[in-house]
Order: sequence, then structure tokens, then C-alpha cells
Amino acid sequence: MSRNGRGFEPRIVGFLCNWCSYSGADLAGVSRMKSAPNLRIIRVMCSGRVDPSFILRAFQLGADGVLVAGCHPGDCHYQEGNAKALRRVLLLKRMLRDFGIDEHRLRLEWISAAEGERFAAVSTEFTEQLRALGPLVLARRAEVA
Amino acid sequence: MKPKVAFYWCASCGGCEEAVVDLDEKILDVANAVDIVFWPVALDFKEHDVEAMPDGSILASFINGAIRNSDQLKIAKLLRAKSQVVVAFGVCAQLGGIPGLANMSDAKGIFAEVYRDGVAPVRLHRENGHSLSLPEFFDTVVALDRVIDVDYYVPGCPPTPKIIGDALGALLGSNLPPKGTVLAPDQALCEQCPRKDTRPEKLLLKELKRVHQVVADQQTCLLAQGLACLGPATRAGCEAMCIRGNMPCTGCFGPTSRVRDFGAKALSAIASVIDSNDEGEITRILEALPDPVGTFYRYSLPSSLLGRRRME
Ligand code: SF4
Ligand code: FES
Repeated sequence: MSRNGRGFEPRIVGFLCNWCSYSGADLAGVSRMKSAPNLRIIRVMCSGRVDPSFILRAFQLGADGVLVAGCHPGDCHYQEGNAKALRRVLLLKRMLRDFGIDEHRLRLEWISAAEGERFAAVSTEFTEQLRALGPLVLARRAEVA
Repeated sequence: MKPKVAFYWCASCGGCEEAVVDLDEKILDVANAVDIVFWPVALDFKEHDVEAMPDGSILASFINGAIRNSDQLKIAKLLRAKSQVVVAFGVCAQLGGIPGLANMSDAKGIFAEVYRDGVAPVRLHRENGHSLSLPEFFDTVVALDRVIDVDYYVPGCPPTPKIIGDALGALLGSNLPPKGTVLAPDQALCEQCPRKDTRPEKLLLKELKRVHQVVADQQTCLLAQGLACLGPATRAGCEAMCIRGNMPCTGCFGPTSRVRDFGAKALSAIASVIDSNDEGEITRILEALPDPVGTFYRYSLPSSLLGRRRME
């Protein structure tokens, strides 16, 4: 997979809530809907379980984009998890900007278990958006030692 | 023969040195128990004195400050070779500290900002067959354990007399703590905070405030009053000095052992108390935090997952 120039395939890490978005992704799969293959899915119990450090870790380890997907507002199985995810992601996006990382590389979506089509559309669209942004080049770790 | 110890400062403000002096008469006990063989801020030993010592002949070196230039790097390596134990003393040595915020820029940016059109320092100057040189100023500040092996960490900006006393006790005692230990309690500051009973179980806020905007009540949890107190994310051990001074915790004791990235944890703690599910309203409430990096990574940017700002 080429990391630069033409043919760049973005690497995306997706943290999907077990109760909704993960099932949505599953539905997209079993219904054989077309979607970009760039997303690596990590199943979590709730979008509220996604600690900001998971997202930073993904970027640090080479993700070009991170998707956090959870139940629609009001539908979280732990009541408040997705609201917490929203608050954290909004603050984290601002911080990413200060770090020199385009905030669009982090995306939060509400996708229900029935929305297979929406899952496919989101992952394709996000892939296209990241393709346009290009690879995420992080500051090289300082070489002082 | 008394065990030999050394103190050194790298990129720091001098507060850690001050903290050692603040031990008051306890410093005399320390001086009686050990032989201080190197301490540039207080005693007249030179680098070549240390170079002349056999490897491993110093029992412990206490190094404060982050690594930001080639001279600090050289002495850190020298002390590592000569010492059985190296202690990263204070949060700058431990996590990068305030000097680490320079990682939001680089050498070029910092020099342009500081010297503008003035006379910038030259690394090497020759005149009449003589020469003067300055250490290399690195683009990126790092914590001590990025450049040498570190045995123990004493947190704080600066470490408090109690923390220093306990650390010395642990190091001079017969049961050495496991290598890599942070010599402070492994629990959140809230647990030791005198105001912890006033912190509601479920805390939700419609508004965050900045310290200059309020006269905070002296008894109530500061976070409950809308101030971004980082006590929930910060390691205890400071005896809640800032809280006692009616100021919110800014995180100088760093994280507890289970947390990899202090800033992410602190950000999460503060974002979670915001009482809104509306994107616009959340964004408005968060405007009370004009500088998230400076707020959440005030003492730990170099050791964070991202480490520095990405420069164009
Ligand atoms: S948030 Fe701050 S003031 Fe409140 S209990 Fe924790 S340390 Fe104390
Ligand atoms: S359970 Fe799906 S977002 Fe909380």
C-alpha cells in the first residue's frame, strides 16, 4: 500500500460500538454493500469507552484517520456514553488542531444497527476525504540520544 | 565512607534546587548521611571532577530539568555512567515539564520569536586564534528517560519537602522500590483533597470558568465551582497545596501508573463534566479553555503520545 503520491490508501481505525454501529457494519457486510476497505474495525462496548488516548495512540501508530461511531443520541445502552464521546471528541479535535493535525482526521458518527447503508457511505466518504488530505505525517520522534 | 550523591540541573527553572534547600534543617541530616560530590548550583565541583571518578562510584544522581541542549545531554550521560542509581527529580526530568511546551515550536521558531531582528547567538565564534562555543539547541525537548536509563522518579513542580524526604528514605532504606517506580502515592489527588467530600458523585457543569473570573469559595471542590481542576487525573502526594491556596490543580505530579498519556486523561476528565449534548453549546462551554495543550499537557508534552506539534 503506497503511503505517498498517487495510489495512496488511507489507513483508518474505527472504534465501533458493539450495540449499534458494529452491527450496522455487519449488516453492510452481509448485505454485500459496497464500501471502501480502508477501515480497520475495533469493537468497543460503547462509544463512551473510547478514551482520547486510544485515538492519539492510533494516530501515533500510523492511522491517517480515526472514526468513532456509536448509537444515536438517546439510544446509548449506558445512557450517557455517546454524549461523553461527543464532548471528548469536540475537545480533542480542538487540541489536534493545535498539534498541527487536521481535525477532519477524527470523525464521530451515530450509526444504528439498521443503518448498514449509512455505515457503508460513511466509510467510503471518510476514505475519500482522507485520500484528499493525504497521509498523516507526524513529527519524527526527536533523535537526540 | 559515606555514600556519594550528585545533583544536576538541565532545562529547569531552579525551583527543584530551591526545593532541596527548602528541606531546611533536614538538609543537614542529608549532608551528614551522604557526601555531595557534584552540585553546580551550590558547590564548586567541576565536570572534570566527575569525569575523573570511577564508573558507578556515585550512589545516586538526582537530575532535574528536561533535556533541551547538547550540554545537558552530555552531563546526563556522564552522570549515568558514574552512578548506580539515577533519579529523575521533578516533573521536567520525569515528563518534560514546562520547558517541554517549547515542543509547540522548534529551534528556528523559538529563536525567531526571542531574538527577532536582534543579535542571535552563534554556536561557534572565533577571534584571534581563540574560540567560544555554545551547546546545540535541540528542536525538541525530551524527558530524561528518553536519553538515559532512569531508575526512579520524584514528581512535582517542584517536589515537596515531604515527597523528597520520603524518596530519600526509600532510597537509603534497605528495601529499594522496584526500578521505574514513581516515588509518590499511586492514587488521584482528589482522594487526598480536603475538599473531596464536596465533590458531587455526578458532576455536571453548564459553564467552565477561568481562575481570574471568579473568587472561588474556600471550602467547595473547585471543579464543582466550574474551575478546570485536574485533581481527578493527577497523582497525589503534593498534600493538595494548590487547592489549599484556593487554586485548581494544574497536574504537576503527572499521571498515576495506569495512565499512559496525562493530557488525554485530563482532557477526558474535564470534557466529561460538561452538561450538554448539543454540539454548539458544548463548543461554547469549552471556549473557557483557550489553550487545551497548555492546559492538559502543561507538564508532560514531551512524554505524551504525540510528543510535539507537527511543524509545516
Ligand atoms: S477536583 Fe480538585 S478541588 Fe475537587 S476534589 Fe479533586 S482535587 Fe479537590
Ligand atoms: S452503547 Fe452504543 S454508544 Fe453507548
